[in-house]
Amino acid sequence: MESLYLLIPLSVLLVFLIGLIFWWSVRSGQFDDLEGPGWRVLQDDDKPADTAAETKKNN
Amino acid sequence: MSQAACFHCTEPVAETAKFPVNYREQTHPCCCAGCQAIAQTIIDSGLGRYYDDRTDAATQANPLPAEVLEQIRLYDDEAMQRNFVDQSGEASREAHLLLEGITCAACIWLNEQHIGRLQGVQLVSINYTTHRARIRWNPAQIKLSEILEAIAAIGYRATPYDHARAEAAWQKRHKQAQFRLWTAGLSMMQVMMFAVPVYLAEPGDIAPQWLLMMNWASMLLTLPVVLYSSWPFYQSAWRDLKARRAGMDLPVTVGVLAAFIASLPPLLSGRGEVYFDSVTMFVFLLLGGRYLEMRARQRAGAATERLVKLIPAFTHRLSETADGQRLEEYPVSQLRPGDRVVCRPGEIIPADGVIIEGQTEVNEALLTGESTPICKAVDDEVTGGASNLLSPITIRVSEVGDHTRLAAIVRLLDRAMQHKPRLAQLADRISGWFVLILLLVAAATWWFWHLHDPIHALPITVAVLVISCPCALSLATPAALVAATGHLATHGILSHRPDSLEDTAQITDIVFDKTGTLTLGQPALQEQIMLHGSPHHARELAAALEATSSHPLAKALQQEGCTPAQDITYLPGGGLTGLIDGEPYWIGHPDFIRANCPAPEPAPLPYGGTGTVVVLASATHWLALFILQDQLRENAAAAISRLQQLGLNVHLLSGDNRQTVEHVAGLLGISKHRAAASPEQKLDYVQKLQQSGRRVLMLGDGVNDAPVLAAAEVSMAMGSGVDISHAAGDMVLLNNQLTGVVTLLALARKTRSIIRQNLAWALLYNAAAIPLAACGYVTPWIASAGMAASSLLVVMNALRLTRARTGMQK
Repeated sequence: MESLYLLIPLSVLLVFLIGLIFWWSVRSGQFDDLEGPGWRVLQDDDKPADTAAETKKNN
Repeated sequence: MSQAACFHCTEPVAETAKFPVNYREQTHPCCCAGCQAIAQTIIDSGLGRYYDDRTDAATQANPLPAEVLEQIRLYDDEAMQRNFVDQSGEASREAHLLLEGITCAACIWLNEQHIGRLQGVQLVSINYTTHRARIRWNPAQIKLSEILEAIAAIGYRATPYDHARAEAAWQKRHKQAQFRLWTAGLSMMQVMMFAVPVYLAEPGDIAPQWLLMMNWASMLLTLPVVLYSSWPFYQSAWRDLKARRAGMDLPVTVGVLAAFIASLPPLLSGRGEVYFDSVTMFVFLLLGGRYLEMRARQRAGAATERLVKLIPAFTHRLSETADGQRLEEYPVSQLRPGDRVVCRPGEIIPADGVIIEGQTEVNEALLTGESTPICKAVDDEVTGGASNLLSPITIRVSEVGDHTRLAAIVRLLDRAMQHKPRLAQLADRISGWFVLILLLVAAATWWFWHLHDPIHALPITVAVLVISCPCALSLATPAALVAATGHLATHGILSHRPDSLEDTAQITDIVFDKTGTLTLGQPALQEQIMLHGSPHHARELAAALEATSSHPLAKALQQEGCTPAQDITYLPGGGLTGLIDGEPYWIGHPDFIRANCPAPEPAPLPYGGTGTVVVLASATHWLALFILQDQLRENAAAAISRLQQLGLNVHLLSGDNRQTVEHVAGLLGISKHRAAASPEQKLDYVQKLQQSGRRVLMLGDGVNDAPVLAAAEVSMAMGSGVDISHAAGDMVLLNNQLTGVVTLLALARKTRSIIRQNLAWALLYNAAAIPLAACGYVTPWIASAGMAASSLLVVMNALRLTRARTGMQK
């Protein structure tokens, strides 16, 4: 049971830590646009450009 | 569907159109040169994936006229930029742009990629929800106009967003509210972790040292909630106290502070109960409700913000130079009286003035409600905000800025908004009394126990305050309003002021504006009376003659895919002439035909009804009469009769002429109508109704309606209307379906009954629980559970509104 001496303060500390993370995320605009980023994942930017692919094929 | 769809905008492509683009070794058709150019630009920059990813078609592209490009260049001017560009950085500038034409997430990708590749652009980030782009660039490497042109090249329009400062203030408040909510939520979860074991364990099972430790931990976690999260409640309670009112925030404040302070002695002494869990849960639930309400209101505001502005930002100014006159693009805000400006057909007149050259027809429907175009010649006055229909005119500006007619209407609007009658709200009235009684009961409880059992006096008083649950009472109204507002949005009705729903339920009279509200606001062909030849041929001739005109009457006669007539000349007097297959034809007002066409008039004209008559004539005969009339909106008649069945008085109030108004009123079965009303008379009419004890809902769309909209108990602006009427309206009817009004009324009444149920439940619960608590039978966990259960019940009841089936059911 002595572990509670550690665990209870730890839980309080943890909550404050999470609070700090929330504070950062609200401040840095993580909640500003809730729709866009979901779509952005689906759109790869690293694909070779279409024109490049096409000119290669044509040659 | 044999017709091909445009590759870019998916509009049908006319068979004669030849605008191909190549994409992935296939040839696709485009509907016009604009779409073709844009599709080519997108594919050439290697962003063709846009066409694979998009879920909605792009808007049809019209090639940018040269003067728009010139206007874009004006944005490079330092003085113009001062309003919307952040110039704080040495090597970087930042601006917010409002993007038009965004239809799906792929558009965002396309824009970000395209702008991001420009030399000198340091950052581009587009918000999908608000369609706003934040762009940072290096002024030494790229000019703002080049960025705007690049956006135009792929078919979007970017306009500087100059409300950025107001927006920044809102953002700050929003983020603060968000963080307050998070804090309360986190604390609530963790405090519950400490509280639940205590509730579940038998007394004495938990050793006193653990109990003490958990209580201290709870106290630490509750501290931010009491000091930070609840701050807005304290502020508004203090404001209420100063104004000698008793609002809902007063018992919230008293409850939070009392429960927290009353928990401190047990914490220090190690004996008795603590209420930290109740405090955190209580604050979290309340903040949650308020946050949702704030979001709903903001979403409604953002959607209307994107709609058009009335006065253009730029105009064409004539300036004297050494070698004669020169036309230059000029910001409207810098016009001075005496300046001469040119206004082309299809443009909006930028300021009040007098015509010094040219003759035209203008449409002042937005300002006066009069839907028929008005003839204006040299020395006639024109009003800023009216649209020029026929031919170019030169205007000498007489009034600018605050002195224009438009500005006068805006001032009238401001005054009307200040005097807006506020209904004493049901919840506020009840809660005001409730608060008073609650505080008295709490005081009496404390007094009684102080005399009989001083040790228990404070805990019992706190139990009374906690179990009394102002929570359910304060959630009762907002929860129902937010649920109903969300449901309305799915029916195309956006509400700026969620509590306007409460007022809507008590409406007795509905006042409609005519032009643009009950009618579409643009003439359509209603009847074609033949005098000579075949109807089909006459229709084709008319379409060919009118093909290039931007006059609203001409637009009603235009047909797709017809070849325009040759040598089209616009003649004064309301008509034009042109050659078709080498033969001359005339089209226009009967008086115009009499004056200009050699053909004899068939007497008498076989038409005498309402509407505008347009005559088509050849050199030898009058061929046909076209009767054009402003068409009623679809469902207008159905909506009006349904409203009358619901027991509402329907009025028609219009600035249009008597004959037209009577005709429309007759068609719709509206007995109370008034024609030729100015904005002042409209306002007067509504105020007279209100003085006789009626509650008015007003629907309108023009600038001239804005003051009336503001004065009515509840007002609704049409989505197709102008900006200023949206500002005055409590709600906006986005899809322009008049049946939406029926839905609104049905839902408003249902919302009112749900609010009443919620309030009744909250009062009943309190009536049962408070005596028990006052007698000392309630432990903290019962108080908390009771509070949570009653809040939950209220919210669930409100959620029934999102499934409400209302409106026009057959």
